[in-house]
Amino acid sequence: MRYAQSVNHALALLLEQDERVFLAGEDIGVYGGAFGVTDGLVDRFGEARVRDTPISEEAIAGLAVGAAITGMLPIVEMQFSDFVVNAMDPIVNQAAKLHFMYGGNVEVPMVIRLPGGGGTGAAAQHSQSLEAWFAHIPGLKVVAPATAQDAQDLLLAAVADPNPVLVFEHKLLYKNEESVELRTSTAAPTALGEAVIRRAGTDLTIVAYSIMVGKALEAAERLESSGISAEVVDLRSLRPLDIETVRASVRRTGRLLVTHEAPAAVGIGAEVVAGVVESDALDYLLAPVARVCGKPIPMPYAKALERATIPQVEDVELAAKELLNA
Amino acid sequence: MLEIRYFEEALEELFSRGLLHGTMHLSIGQEAVAEGVCAALDDGDYITSTHRGHGHTLAHGADPTAMMAELMMKDTGYCRGRGGSMHIADVANGNLGANGIVAGSMTIATGAALTQQMQGTGKVVACFFGDGAANEGAFHESLNLAAVWDLPVLFICENNQYGMSMSQDRSTAGGSVAARSAAYGMPGTRVDGNDVEAVYEATHEAIVATRRGDGPALIECVTYRYRGHSKSDRNLYRTQDEIEDWRTHRDPIERFAGKLVAERGVAQSNIDAARETARSKIRDAVQAAVKAPDADPADLTGAAYA
Repeated sequence: MRYAQSVNHALALLLEQDERVFLAGEDIGVYGGAFGVTDGLVDRFGEARVRDTPISEEAIAGLAVGAAITGMLPIVEMQFSDFVVNAMDPIVNQAAKLHFMYGGNVEVPMVIRLPGGGGTGAAAQHSQSLEAWFAHIPGLKVVAPATAQDAQDLLLAAVADPNPVLVFEHKLLYKNEESVELRTSTAAPTALGEAVIRRAGTDLTIVAYSIMVGKALEAAERLESSGISAEVVDLRSLRPLDIETVRASVRRTGRLLVTHEAPAAVGIGAEVVAGVVESDALDYLLAPVARVCGKPIPMPYAKALERATIPQVEDVELAAKELLNA
Repeated sequence: MLEIRYFEEALEELFSRGLLHGTMHLSIGQEAVAEGVCAALDDGDYITSTHRGHGHTLAHGADPTAMMAELMMKDTGYCRGRGGSMHIADVANGNLGANGIVAGSMTIATGAALTQQMQGTGKVVACFFGDGAANEGAFHESLNLAAVWDLPVLFICENNQYGMSMSQDRSTAGGSVAARSAAYGMPGTRVDGNDVEAVYEATHEAIVATRRGDGPALIECVTYRYRGHSKSDRNLYRTQDEIEDWRTHRDPIERFAGKLVAERGVAQSNIDAARETARSKIRDAVQAAVKAPDADPADLTGAAYA
């Protein structure tokens, strides 16, 4: 099953089993969403629950806040994650704050899905990875599923959570074919805030999320043939961040490499590194830490330029070898 | 209206005595908008409010003691000291909260109205916003979306004629917020916001239509704020004569009280008694709030999440 179909399955399950759930977003009805994720849902559940909206990102996010605090479970979509920039007030000033600001008297159980990332030739305004912005904000939760299984499971967990959750889905993952254990209940099949070890290793820890997990695993394969054993940690959730799993891994391997498609500066990688060196895991480090991230430029259009901007398998492999002086 | 006036005046006094923190936005002079609109709402109807929201909150039936406690940084305040003047909410009773972001509540009100429509509750949402908010993008997105979906929301523009120091003349193309309703194909009316009965009538009429399923409406209530925008305001952008003119000739409380006596046969003694009742209610609220326990920093860990 494709990653996109796994999201679709979770959405259908939620619509079927919980009448408080509705979807809203641009072209998510008959069109099926810009990436086909909501294909067929309007036919099954009707226009009242699968709502095409005007091109009004601020209203989309804000209506989710208003609906959530009055008893609904909205799941709204930013057609491209870049467009969330038009919706910052309802997310950052409203959704994130209301529970705290109103003295705990209200919950904001809403989910925003955000297709993001580069590699599609869509250039600077349709290719960003903005997840770190939101992971910075107390009151928000942020997840970035790397697998088709997690695309379903983390979405279900996000909807089950009483807080606003942003789900960043990398556009290039949508077509990935993987076997998925399909859920039949909307109960959260996994906790929010738990990282998993995708591959065990002994020489270094590679921490990744979203599309970089696959690239990290491929790099680990190549490193194996060079006699290097890499452990790959998939963060899955960026806030809350499961730093304990990373620290435990670093204690075993003694080396840390963090990789994400977003630029390095003030990013998730910096937070991971800080979280490791704030603990006794620092004492286990045998080498400086490394970050393999997107170049600090807007995403270019031309294929060769775009590829050079996004971290590739060989970049991870090379950085890992440098950590081991291999 | 009296409770709102005395509540705000009590805050001024407490502020001058150093018992409050930060700043506040007083609605003295604008009481008829809050009261006229909220009087037209039924139990179970919702409001969203603004940074200048004490009046809306009181008019919607909030407990003045819990409000006062919030402003006085007490654990018994509506927000346990975490929100303060700009963020008082009473969600359980349909007040979805004041909002520190201009136009910030407009998309929220739209979403709350969607809930009413989807759940078929028959309830409406009254969304207060200022004249300044009418120039935010959220105004357009909210009115458009509410109109295309026929949502049960009333957009109440509390036009006090200044967005902080920026007069409506200088900020608002076309000169009228109500006129913008035509662009969304929704009814729009402009009323004297210092005439509590006019505000009530306009709101009531709009609510009947909205509850019937006719979709949203826009009501612009023209009023005036006597005090500065906030405590830092030196009133450099308007004249003392202008302020005095409104206070002397168009005060919403004096106008209504005068009308009750002159045209409705209400005895002056009854008006005086109402004033005293309101005064003592606010006095009691202050006294109870003073005695309440302070907000406790020990409870903050993890408080950002439900």
